[in-house]
Amino acid sequence: MTKNKEIGRARRRIEGELKVTGQAKYAAEYNVPDLLHGYIVNATIVKGKIESIDEAATRAVPGVVDIIHHENRPKMAYFDMQYSDMDAPPGSPFRPLYDAEIKFHGQPIALVVAKTFEAARYAASLLKITYTEEEFDVNLKTNLDRAKKPSMGLATLIKPLPPGPRGDFDAAYATATAKFEGEFHHGAQHHNPMEMFASTTVYEGEGKLTIYDKTQGTNNSQLFIGNIFGLKMGNVRVIAPYVGGGFGSGLRPQHQLVLSVLAALCLKRNVRVSMDRSQMFTYGHRPETIQHTRFGATADGELTAVNHVAHSETSRYEDYNEVVVNHAGMLYPAQNVTLDYKLVPLDVSTPMDMRAPGGVTGMVAVENTMDQVADRLGMDPLEFRLKNYAERDHSSDKPFSSKELRECYRQGAESFGWKDRRPTGQPEKRGNRIVGRGMSSGLWDVIALPGKATAEFNAEGKLVVSSAVNDCGQGAYTVFSQIAADQLGLPLESVKFVYGDSELPLSPIQGGSYTTGVVGSAVKLACLALRNKLFKLAQILDGFPLGDALPQDVDFMDGEIIVKKDPTIRVKLTDVVAFNQGKPVKASKSNIPNVFKLKQYTRAAHAASFVEVEIDEQLGIVNVTRAVTAVAAGAIMNPKTARSQILGGMVWGISLATREESLLDKKMGKYVNDDLGEYHLPVHADIHDLEVIFVEEHDEIINALGAKGIGEIGMISMAPAIINAVYNATGKLVTALPLKVGDLL
Amino acid sequence: MNNFHYTKASSVDEAVLAGKGAENYFIAGGTNLLDLWKYDLTHPQKMVDVNGIEELKTITELPNGGLRLGALVTNNTTAYHPLVEARYPLLSRTILAGATAQIRNSATNGGNLLQRTRCYYFYDPASPCNKRNPGSGCPAVEGQNRLHAILGFSDKCIATFPSDMCVALAALEAVVRVTGPNGSREIAFADFHRLPGDRPELDNTLGQDELITAIDLPPRGYAEHHNYLKLRDRNSYAFALVSVATGYELEAGMIANARIALGGVAHIPWRVEAAETYLEGKAPTEASFAGAADLILAGAQGFEHNAFKIELARRTIVRSGMMALDPSCQRPGAPPSL
Ligand SMILES: Cc1cc2nc3c(=O)[nH]c(=O)nc-3n(C[C@H](O)[C@H](O)[C@H](O)COP(=O)(O)OP(=O)(O)OC[C@H]3O[C@@H](n4cnc5c(N)ncnc54)[C@H](O)[C@@H]3O)c2cc1C
Repeated sequence: MTKNKEIGRARRRIEGELKVTGQAKYAAEYNVPDLLHGYIVNATIVKGKIESIDEAATRAVPGVVDIIHHENRPKMAYFDMQYSDMDAPPGSPFRPLYDAEIKFHGQPIALVVAKTFEAARYAASLLKITYTEEEFDVNLKTNLDRAKKPSMGLATLIKPLPPGPRGDFDAAYATATAKFEGEFHHGAQHHNPMEMFASTTVYEGEGKLTIYDKTQGTNNSQLFIGNIFGLKMGNVRVIAPYVGGGFGSGLRPQHQLVLSVLAALCLKRNVRVSMDRSQMFTYGHRPETIQHTRFGATADGELTAVNHVAHSETSRYEDYNEVVVNHAGMLYPAQNVTLDYKLVPLDVSTPMDMRAPGGVTGMVAVENTMDQVADRLGMDPLEFRLKNYAERDHSSDKPFSSKELRECYRQGAESFGWKDRRPTGQPEKRGNRIVGRGMSSGLWDVIALPGKATAEFNAEGKLVVSSAVNDCGQGAYTVFSQIAADQLGLPLESVKFVYGDSELPLSPIQGGSYTTGVVGSAVKLACLALRNKLFKLAQILDGFPLGDALPQDVDFMDGEIIVKKDPTIRVKLTDVVAFNQGKPVKASKSNIPNVFKLKQYTRAAHAASFVEVEIDEQLGIVNVTRAVTAVAAGAIMNPKTARSQILGGMVWGISLATREESLLDKKMGKYVNDDLGEYHLPVHADIHDLEVIFVEEHDEIINALGAKGIGEIGMISMAPAIINAVYNATGKLVTALPLKVGDLL
Repeated sequence: MNNFHYTKASSVDEAVLAGKGAENYFIAGGTNLLDLWKYDLTHPQKMVDVNGIEELKTITELPNGGLRLGALVTNNTTAYHPLVEARYPLLSRTILAGATAQIRNSATNGGNLLQRTRCYYFYDPASPCNKRNPGSGCPAVEGQNRLHAILGFSDKCIATFPSDMCVALAALEAVVRVTGPNGSREIAFADFHRLPGDRPELDNTLGQDELITAIDLPPRGYAEHHNYLKLRDRNSYAFALVSVATGYELEAGMIANARIALGGVAHIPWRVEAAETYLEGKAPTEASFAGAADLILAGAQGFEHNAFKIELARRTIVRSGMMALDPSCQRPGAPPSL
């Protein structure tokens, strides 16, 4: 096998130039001929029924072509199953424009179609809708008594419910020397990717559609539309090569997709529907969650008792679940553990996966509680964690496929200067400010799924690799190209990766940090199969140039097969293609996880963050002045794009801890700060010195690449480390995120 | 956005003539008006573009030693103007603490005075709001009211006026020059914005058909001792939760004359003259400013999500007073902790 030349090399994104020069097109930028524009009308009540829709003023606006709502929509599927998608939680999925019922504020209830976006939007504002309103409830805190166990389904397979109790928590907690009981809360958050949801549906004639969609899964949108409208899958083509950020919001097909298709089928025209920013607050969100912890340790710092309970909101129609409470039992070897995770159905839209779903939520409670216990023991927080380092996953009694968290702690602490941390209550002063230092562990499960790729070598000497997968900008295309290049010993320039089209080999939705592992492994396998095929063809070329060489006796390098023992014997790959009558030599391969083997291990990426905060003593203003995150995530395919992923995660961690929150008006049932002026994401002035360290980690178990994925791990340890640092400076534990101006007065 | 008529005015007289009518709007930088329009909150029938009025685009010295800021000079041009920087650095600082460079490049001085509140409910056409739709109610009183007033509010409206620039203009006692169908007049800054009372739909005392032509700054600029401290939910690009503009003159180490105005706490830039008189003759110490803060915040009252502002405002007044001693150590626009 040739050595890796591309894998592990810092490469900038292959599509980067297209993006920064505006050549990369997004879903709302395909200006197909005779395009109509749809604007979504959203419900202004939370629960009830539409009584009447008065269209007169809307129809009178010049340019308006049609108004579509539940009374005049074309036929849609009847069964729940047909509205399901690859990320649908158990329940009865929401159906846009299906009937008169209103289930959440902002629910799409009509589509105004016009010749221009502006006319459609203005006309939509004139639609007069009357409702009968019913009582609703969106208050998580006052409904905890209604909490229930999540229903089981496909989602709970990937995001397992907590394991049963182990040991005797009550007894261990009662006898613990140092203990802490805490309650933690964060409100809803919305993904707010830069690119807003849009679908441009091209009506190709008789039941045939090409859709440019904003999605994290072309096949997912394809299946969804095919099922709802009873179209042949072959007649629905979904194209989404570029995605301007997803963060999970594109894991489920969004309303605008259904509505643009509905209008296109109704009018037999090309239709685009785009959301505006406030409409980006009308589908899924990270659920508001309330958590309770009770941790106890012995006098010498052994963590013996762990109790972690979470209550999250979900909608009335689906049980959205995430892994919030499972991680303490995996991170620490405590022998007495009880975990519980419950849902409270409210009159909201179903929550959705949002970057590191559950992980960021749970780790805040776990790691802030850990620091409180350490504090009561008079122990350094890092020392306390090392004392309770789990060499094996005690929650499932399995070994880790690999775990270099100890090295994350060591390298992170050293680079940060953890030894300079002062005990809580004796902070260093810098002018009006006091300094705090805090740390946290992070963990994210490695998910294994099947994926497929095709590789072909053509007469121009190019390796063309394809998959339906798409890329939110994280660098997946670049990494796949690097993987492919190495399998055939080609320079990166000789690889062309074709992507983001449902007609290409099937790919799962891209999320959960598994895309590199899943699709990257398929790319590797497909390229290896192609290599094999090329070799076999080369063997039977005229004159049998390779003699009796076996596959292991040759190298593939720069477009040639070279016999190792006698490098003068070479076969050009293009000659192999010529021999194949000029047709590209092609191989497809699926990456089917070896579930039997995988099941024997706990598979997770780990991280540790170290954070310094400065806090104005009188005004209580917090700034995260410095942070180091050390990550152990198996093989790092491309250190440049990987570092960017972790940096993005760290910034989002700062946001989670100190900035963003969707403000819910509980009387109106509406998120009121639904624009980027008032939904506060961090700005440059909020972000200071950030450092990323990748710790070496080898993993032979998880997948063909040994890569665990880095999409979410960079975010998880940041928020708890920030809150721990604030505690270190002030002696105040902040338990409601985000920490806001005023909270430390 | 509805269809509308558009006219471009090239002189003050042309603009005033064209501007007559209840649904006629002047447009300057458009950074506020276009948002309100697209969000379906306002429906102008006629748009009078005043950007062609060259006479309103200058900054000139006044015979009394003051400065006249044309209504159409952009916020950034004003902030970086050498005379403003030298004589009214407090004004520069407040402007630069607001919005973003791009917005300030379009936003004009006249428009800044007339920007509307950032209350969430005002911005949602489907929500009741006494300011937008008189008599419909005020959900903010019992709703999300972090951004809202702690002083001078009424049971009809608890919105705040969001401008930073105007906090300095209040402290500097600027004068607003306006021209309408009945001629020109001057409005003292303290009389320009109004409390909500029973008519929260009225933000200020400008007539619907009056054009702001200029803002006059009096000679006193507090260049030696001034400060603007803006506290907000992130370090840039957010409206003030509490902001304080401080200016004073020292004689033999004692305060001879002081001005303090607050932003983010009321329907108008908040000034209490008694607090300023109180400071006269006192040393610029934390205790003096704390005494002034008590007078400024007398009667302050919080709601569910903004009660913290009372204590925050108190501390910010003290800090701003102390920072004003040596303005050279402040970076303009920098968050207080850096
Ligand atoms: C995202 C965002 C963030 C912002 N952040 C801040 C901030 O942090 N701090 C801050 O202070 N401001 C902030 N602003 C507000 C900004 O300062 C104002 O929008 C701007 O000053 C308005 O000026 P304009 O020229 O664009 O006004 P326009 O939008 O053109 O007009 C506003 C109003 O004034 C009227 N008008 C304009 N000129 C005249 C005139 N000469 N005579 C009579 N009437 C006139 C118009 O009819 C309209 O009603 C922000 C704005 C945005 C969009």
